[in-house]
Amino acid sequence: MIELENVAYSYGGDDLLAGMSLQIAPGSFHFLTGPSGAGKTTLLKLCYGALRPTSGQLTIFGQDVQTLGRDDVAMARRRIGVVHQDCQFLDHLPLQENIALPLTVSGQASPEQAGNLHELMSWVGLLGKEDALPPELSGGERQRAALARALILSPDVILADEPTGNVDWEMSQRLLRLLVELNKMGKTILIATHDLMLIRAAKSQVSTRVLRIANRQLIAAGAEL
Amino acid sequence: MWFRTMLWAVLRGDKAADRVVPPSGFTVRLTLFTSAAMAFLTVFALALSLAAGRLAADWGDVLARSSTLRISAPAGQMAEQTATALKVLEQTPGVLEARALSDAEQQELLEPWFGPDLPVESLPVPRLIAITETPAGYDSAGLRLRLQAEVPGAVLDEHTRWRRPLVTAAGRLRLLGWVAILLLASVTGAMVTLAANAALSANAQVIAVLRLVGATDAYIASAFVRRFTQRTLTGGAVGTALAVAALSVMPGATETGGFLTGLRFEGWHWVLPLCVPPLAAAVGFAATDAAARRVLGGLA
Repeated sequence: MIELENVAYSYGGDDLLAGMSLQIAPGSFHFLTGPSGAGKTTLLKLCYGALRPTSGQLTIFGQDVQTLGRDDVAMARRRIGVVHQDCQFLDHLPLQENIALPLTVSGQASPEQAGNLHELMSWVGLLGKEDALPPELSGGERQRAALARALILSPDVILADEPTGNVDWEMSQRLLRLLVELNKMGKTILIATHDLMLIRAAKSQVSTRVLRIANRQLIAAGAEL
Repeated sequence: MWFRTMLWAVLRGDKAADRVVPPSGFTVRLTLFTSAAMAFLTVFALALSLAAGRLAADWGDVLARSSTLRISAPAGQMAEQTATALKVLEQTPGVLEARALSDAEQQELLEPWFGPDLPVESLPVPRLIAITETPAGYDSAGLRLRLQAEVPGAVLDEHTRWRRPLVTAAGRLRLLGWVAILLLASVTGAMVTLAANAALSANAQVIAVLRLVGATDAYIASAFVRRFTQRTLTGGAVGTALAVAALSVMPGATETGGFLTGLRFEGWHWVLPLCVPPLAAAVGFAATDAAARRVLGGLA
């Protein structure tokens, strides 16, 4: 799905990431960990085409990102659901329109989708909040809304950046269960987190690979967990 | 390709896409007001241009058939001097046609003063030569000098020549009117660009969210372009309506009123102001489109 071959990235100055090679296979469940500022978010941004590698080759769905135009990136994002740590919404639109936004912008909005939307909102536990505006939601509700929005187009890959950063333990367990369930449905998952408890909890439910960014390099971790 | 997509998106409209950009009350009113004011001024500049054009054309027509040469000579030399004068005139650059009036025509001219029975041929009536000029006109001082030398009895009468600089001035005034219209369109474009840039910056978060969920640049840009095109069209229509109303209560052109009272549109020219609102909309469309492309192209 997403392949990195000797990828490096720098925001100008020294490389933040260097010599990264990684294959994210369909149906896999990856964790990405490492200290703050190590480049977890940057690596995720590379994976959904928000940044382009300064060297090396990165392919998304078999296409080299260097050859992708802005519209190609937009099309790729319809197959990649992204959940940010600080989820942003259109604050003037009610929650259900925010969750349906990927349908609206891709021209797939239709009355038949209303049933799907309802089902999805009940799955993430947001029924009754349809007409709430995003600023009125709690941190956990925003995370779940962002997950629902990332899922509405039924993407192949879900990239989540600290999805449990703003929520309590119980809520993070709930979000994890949702992601594990999605993985069992065949979705590819990549979660960046420094929450080792979360990784341990996941390991008991699903087979995962844990990657660590250290010294600008990507290394396989896991034995110590 | 982009242009067609954008034009189609603006003409077709998309209620859902319009909702993704939050409404912003204050800049809407400013854009509306500015485009209305610009349309109002454009209609007046248009009226000024057309009035100046009419004036130049009217006076130009008068000039085109203007001068007369009057030859007073003793009876014996009249025919000879007339022939010489005609020859001189034929050789003068800028003279389209020179024709000596016949006795019958001269008698006709004198009739109102002396009655039909006047024996013109027995009186020492000067011979008149009607001169038709080319649009460029002839060198009046040079012709006078030459006539003085060759036809001593000739008097060149250029009764409308004083208007020539005025015709030139009217032509320049018309040009100024068109320049003013161009400037007004540019200012409208600049204003819409500033407003669109402000709107795009103010909605940076909205744009980031839309990009994240897979919206194309064309989709995002069309939401802004549609909005600004509608605003400039509405503003332009209001401004034009007010200007046309103001012009229609001005008095029309009269014989004695001259230039100032002739500012109203005449005949089919009343249709021209109808072009102003679409023009304003086109300027709004182009300016927002360019601004949106520039801003979006610079984003990750």
